[in-house]
Amino acid sequence: MGLLSVAIWLPILSGAVLLAIGRDENAHAVRWLALVAAVASFLVTLPLVTGFDLASAAMQFQENLPWIERFKVNYHLGVDGISVWFVLLTAFITIIVVISAWEVITERVHQYMGAFLILSGLMVGVFCALDGLLFYVFFEATLIPMYIIIGMWGGPRRVYAAFKFFLYTLLGSLLMLVALLYLYYKSGGSFEILDWHKLPLPLSAQSLLFFAFFAAFSVKVPMWPVHTWLPDAHVEAPTGGSVVLAAIMLKLGAYGFLRFSLPIAPDASRHWDWLIIALSLIAVLYIGLVALVQQDMKKLVAYSSIAHMGFVTLGFFIFSELGISGGIVQMISHGFISGAMFLCIGVLYDRVHSREIASYGGVVNTMPTFTAFAVFFAMANCGLPGTSGFVGEWMVILGTVKFNFWLGLLAATTLVFGAAYTLWMVKRVYFGDVANAEVKALADINSREFTMLALLAGAVLWMGVYPKPFTDVMHRSVTQLIQHVGQSKL
Amino acid sequence: MNWAAVTPEIVLLTMACVIALVDLFVTDEQRRPTFWLTQASLAVVALLHLARLNSAESVYAMQSMLVSDPLGHLLAFFATVAVMITIAYARSYIGAREMLKGEFFTLSLFSLLGVCVMVSANNFLVVYLGLELMSLSLYALTALRRDHGTSTEAAMKYFVLGALASGFLLYGLSMMYGATGSLDIPRVFEVIGKGQANQSVLIFGLVFVVAGLAFKFGAAPFHMWVPDVYHGAPTAVTLLIAGAPKLAAFGMTMRLLVEGMLGLATDWQQMLSVLAVLSLLIGNLAAIAQTNLKRMLAYSAIAQIGFMLLALTAGVVSGNTLSAGNAYSSALFYMAVYVLTTLGTFGLVMLLARQGFECDEISDLAGLNQRSPWMAGVMAVFMFSLAGIPPTAGFYAKLSVLQALITTNHPLHLWLAVFAVLISLIGAFYYLRVVKLMYFDEPTADAAAPSEEGGGANALLAANGAAVLLLGILPGGLMTLCSTAILRALAT
Repeated sequence: MGLLSVAIWLPILSGAVLLAIGRDENAHAVRWLALVAAVASFLVTLPLVTGFDLASAAMQFQENLPWIERFKVNYHLGVDGISVWFVLLTAFITIIVVISAWEVITERVHQYMGAFLILSGLMVGVFCALDGLLFYVFFEATLIPMYIIIGMWGGPRRVYAAFKFFLYTLLGSLLMLVALLYLYYKSGGSFEILDWHKLPLPLSAQSLLFFAFFAAFSVKVPMWPVHTWLPDAHVEAPTGGSVVLAAIMLKLGAYGFLRFSLPIAPDASRHWDWLIIALSLIAVLYIGLVALVQQDMKKLVAYSSIAHMGFVTLGFFIFSELGISGGIVQMISHGFISGAMFLCIGVLYDRVHSREIASYGGVVNTMPTFTAFAVFFAMANCGLPGTSGFVGEWMVILGTVKFNFWLGLLAATTLVFGAAYTLWMVKRVYFGDVANAEVKALADINSREFTMLALLAGAVLWMGVYPKPFTDVMHRSVTQLIQHVGQSKL
Repeated sequence: MNWAAVTPEIVLLTMACVIALVDLFVTDEQRRPTFWLTQASLAVVALLHLARLNSAESVYAMQSMLVSDPLGHLLAFFATVAVMITIAYARSYIGAREMLKGEFFTLSLFSLLGVCVMVSANNFLVVYLGLELMSLSLYALTALRRDHGTSTEAAMKYFVLGALASGFLLYGLSMMYGATGSLDIPRVFEVIGKGQANQSVLIFGLVFVVAGLAFKFGAAPFHMWVPDVYHGAPTAVTLLIAGAPKLAAFGMTMRLLVEGMLGLATDWQQMLSVLAVLSLLIGNLAAIAQTNLKRMLAYSAIAQIGFMLLALTAGVVSGNTLSAGNAYSSALFYMAVYVLTTLGTFGLVMLLARQGFECDEISDLAGLNQRSPWMAGVMAVFMFSLAGIPPTAGFYAKLSVLQALITTNHPLHLWLAVFAVLISLIGAFYYLRVVKLMYFDEPTADAAAPSEEGGGANALLAANGAAVLLLGILPGGLMTLCSTAILRALAT
């Protein structure tokens, strides 16, 4: 059994076991089992990076078994430089999420842990799948646990948010299904993604496919103007749900652009690049301004996520090594940072039960250790050099300036807007005098919360100070992708 | 006179009569001997059909009026298993409603016999014979709860509308006979193929045949009986109506339209695409407005049939039949998965119902996750399967149909595929609403909970849900089974 299969099925089966044997009475055992399963699933993914062949752009750790004979669908897994870090990111974030739910989730703990573990396995499956139908099955299947998580443990408007999330993302994905079936037909009955990369297609067909994929991935990323599900979903989801949504599920969409849109429809991608660049810049600028006026902390971070993902898609569609590598680095970094920011908000919410900025003020006085973390992550969100937030943004801005100075200038305004909304929130919530009695009564973070924040802070610092391992692993695959996109398929 | 080919039907007929007689002497209030005898005979019949599944050649029996081929046996096998599962689910339900009489079992067996005859028919009259045997048994079953007003009303509607539809079908078939000069399906195919028949009479007859078929499927605009009958009939009978007869209607369509009238495919494909689009629209949009669970499932059935009919429209493209095998096997797979899921949904409704309390309203499912997590999980699997979300069997069913449409590379079919996909999005809403009620809402004060004594039926429901999930992970086997059966049927 290959490493990738274990990385996918270990969390899924652990989650299923927890669902079967878990009860409200043995919640304690359930939590520990979930933690063990999450850690084991992460440890299994480490050899993927330590054993990674840096000189090869081919798919590694491949597994290929026939699955559905009728449509010649194979259970084909593999990772390359583009996808391998996301497998680790997913497993890592799952550990963090399990820790974050320890004392906070008290009802139906086994279903919570089970849902997250199954979700984790499914998301790893999305990143590893090399067969179009296998990709689609994993991609869609992630909707089910997320829908349940938002709806069962979420906030007051959770039902609305859950439906909106599910139906919005489903719409895009269904159009992608039509595209996948069309490719199946055009390639003579094959669902192999790597074969589709080489398939010659006329520009009209490429454009249709591009837009079908665009429908699915732009909703997932999300891009303006189909981003409206995200503020609702992120705000209403429980803390763990917001973390997974922001850290990983958004990356499924961006990964889709890299694995499907660019290599399968390179001419269409180059033909329509102006559209994606425009939408990305709108996300960076306009959504940055929207984030500035938010009163709800979670909503602010949600809009900040959209703005950061705008950077990612911008990086992808300037078709340079700096752009695509920068985009991928930004994806990983954003996974850590936005996950951490949602966790910080969760820490505050667990104590005061309010997400409003106005309910806080001067938290540093009563929770100094926590504020240190919160401010650190806020700085990372702004793109402070030394943190991972800087690396990705710098690479993308540099790449965009090379592409077109004025676009680069517009993209660079994120440094201003990002700082504006993040630091203003930090100032109002953490600094200054103690604002009210709730803040006065706050207790600083305990060892569990410290652990999870420290793990993330470590990751952010490591990536910010020494990003070379990340970019080294990506290098060959990104170069190959750019070469591929540069060649016309017509 | 080839007795071996019709052994399953003979066994079924004999056992139905034996059970009718035996039940007269059964004094057990729970009717245990009758129940077990019925299940045993059904098991034997299923095994007999299964044994004939891999026969290489199609065998004709009864002066060429019946055909014994893999398609017929596969459909009959599915139908027999469906009836077995239905009766297993139904036992405690009908016991609580004074319906636990021998007639229930006997009539179910007769309706199954009608189904088996229909799907193996090689002659117009035999098709009609099977159809009427099945339908009349079902009409009687619907009225079995005779002092319940809603059931009697549903039975009346079903009977009147059903008789009308059978009349349409018979009229259409008589037109076909007039045009082609034969009641034998292979002969009809030959005559149409040679162009020897009067085209206008053929088309005229075809319209009535399709109308009759559409009624039996429950496709719009012949769907008006479906919500009322599904709602009014006792749930056990609803399941009998929703399960095997759909397979029978599919079998009838294959025998009449595909084996007999494939030469007229351009015409009936057009009709079916109109039926499909209307069914998808009406079924999905009306289901959103429903508050009664059985009515919602009825409209959902209309929509599901619409989706399946789309596959049937993709058989003959631009005059050639290359995609026929692909299209029809996708439709068969869809029907099989749909019937499996339907068995589970109505089975759950029956298990949740108890004396004096029908689990009828959608709101009765509120908070089911807190009352019975495994039941909620099983129902969630069924709902996601009907919505077509992986990794459930329903996704692969929808995938097969979409694939059949898209690989024709014909603009009309591509647009139908996009339309189907968008409509399923609308459809996903009311399935999600059920999941929402079960998981996100609190249970109401007088909420239903699964009864303790339904141990066997509970296990069966869990197995049913597991099957739908398992087929969602490993659908290949069933797909290949359906595909082989269709290809062999088309080859002869």
